[in-house]
Amino acid sequence: MTGSIDISLVEVAAALVLVAVAIVASRWRGAGLEEDIAVAVARSFVQLTAIGYVIDLIFTEDSAALVIALLAVMVVFGAFTARRRAADVPGALLPLLAALALAATTTLGLVLALGIIEAEPRYVVPVGGMVIGNAMTAAAVALNRLGEDVRDRAREIEATLALGATSAEAVSGLVRRSLRSGMITLVDSTKTTGLIFFPGTMVGMLLAGADPIDAVRLQLILLYALLGSVAIAALVATGLAGRNFFTPAHQLREPPLP
Amino acid sequence: MLFELEDVSYSRQGEVVLRDLEARLPVGASAVVGPSGSGKSTLLRLLNRLADPDSGRVLYEGADVRERDVLALRREVCLVPQLPALIDGTVHDNVGYGARLAGHSFDLRRCLELAGLDPAFGERDSAKLSVGEQQRVMLARALALEPRVLLLDEPTSALDEDARGAVEQTLTRLRTRTAISIVLVTHDAAQARRLSQYAVRIEAGTVAEQGPAAEVLAA
Repeated sequence: MTGSIDISLVEVAAALVLVAVAIVASRWRGAGLEEDIAVAVARSFVQLTAIGYVIDLIFTEDSAALVIALLAVMVVFGAFTARRRAADVPGALLPLLAALALAATTTLGLVLALGIIEAEPRYVVPVGGMVIGNAMTAAAVALNRLGEDVRDRAREIEATLALGATSAEAVSGLVRRSLRSGMITLVDSTKTTGLIFFPGTMVGMLLAGADPIDAVRLQLILLYALLGSVAIAALVATGLAGRNFFTPAHQLREPPLP
Repeated sequence: MLFELEDVSYSRQGEVVLRDLEARLPVGASAVVGPSGSGKSTLLRLLNRLADPDSGRVLYEGADVRERDVLALRREVCLVPQLPALIDGTVHDNVGYGARLAGHSFDLRRCLELAGLDPAFGERDSAKLSVGEQQRVMLARALALEPRVLLLDEPTSALDEDARGAVEQTLTRLRTRTAISIVLVTHDAAQARRLSQYAVRIEAGTVAEQGPAAEVLAA
């Protein structure tokens, strides 16, 4: 299905010309992003090179345990990364861990059980990485929105608690909105895929010399799998984190200021 | 006695709001008065467990509020907050909100009428009401729960003088037409005199004076 292309470090270095363009643009217009761009370039180089060697090792070893270990590490890192964006949500880490783990196992389990991809590291690792990455973004966006909404609408929440609503009932409207926020980006990009942008997997396969129809079909499978995984992640993260704003006696932990 | 607060202390973000507070609120209409920041609203929130004290006890009809089912307590001892905070939807949706959660039926017409609103308000969009009208819808949705006690936090502070007078009239009429007890928090001593028989004056988180309103609030 795929051919293979060789990329040398010289070619990677050549792409830095475009990074230089970004730095110049930032400096010229005073955007102040030069340092961030430099850090991003350095980190992406180190992280991707490291993961490249790890993946190479895992492909060579062909060990299920190593694959599971790598995916577990991704889930944990993903949860910690998403927690930074969910700073307003008390105890966000556990809901995030549960959300990413469940999104990964359900989605990968399903695509494997249905025979959509083969149970080989070569397929499971990249698909797992995409699933976890997208789930992380969706869960982080959803919890970020939920935290802001609960803080901004504490008076309304408390007014409904005062009428005998449970904490779940009081926050249900906000959970619904945050769930939507978490999912909408992927839903929108899925709508426009092929028209406004070419998704990464397809681009990668085309660059590697694959048949375009094969590339499109694999991309569609991934997009559909990702829709499921972001829904699971946003649903689990908001569902579990929503209760963390309240005490067991249905009181806001951070009540509105009088 | 309707409520008794025994040696109640409460802090928020490290700041003492109520300190060793001892207060009693009888059946009927009571007022809690005091300057801004004295802890009046916090005291009100302890009565239906929107918050719990750090130490001390709050008794409702002789029993610790923590021994009751918290949701049932809040439906029986219903708090109307200082500023309107309605849900999206019509007035009907709002008035029925708590009643629907509790699985009760409710009489929209009667609730609106008791709150001083025309029954035709039911289909109005709650987002398009004046602040005074919203405050009345807040009252109506509390009444839909058929509470035994209404906790009113500065119910007229967001209103102009005319609307204030109308809400006071509504509350007076409510007292004569129903057996609902009222605990009114207000910074306005004259309003407290007009609307209550018993008063508790708090200053800096502790009770300065309590007793018949006519004595505590003597001008």
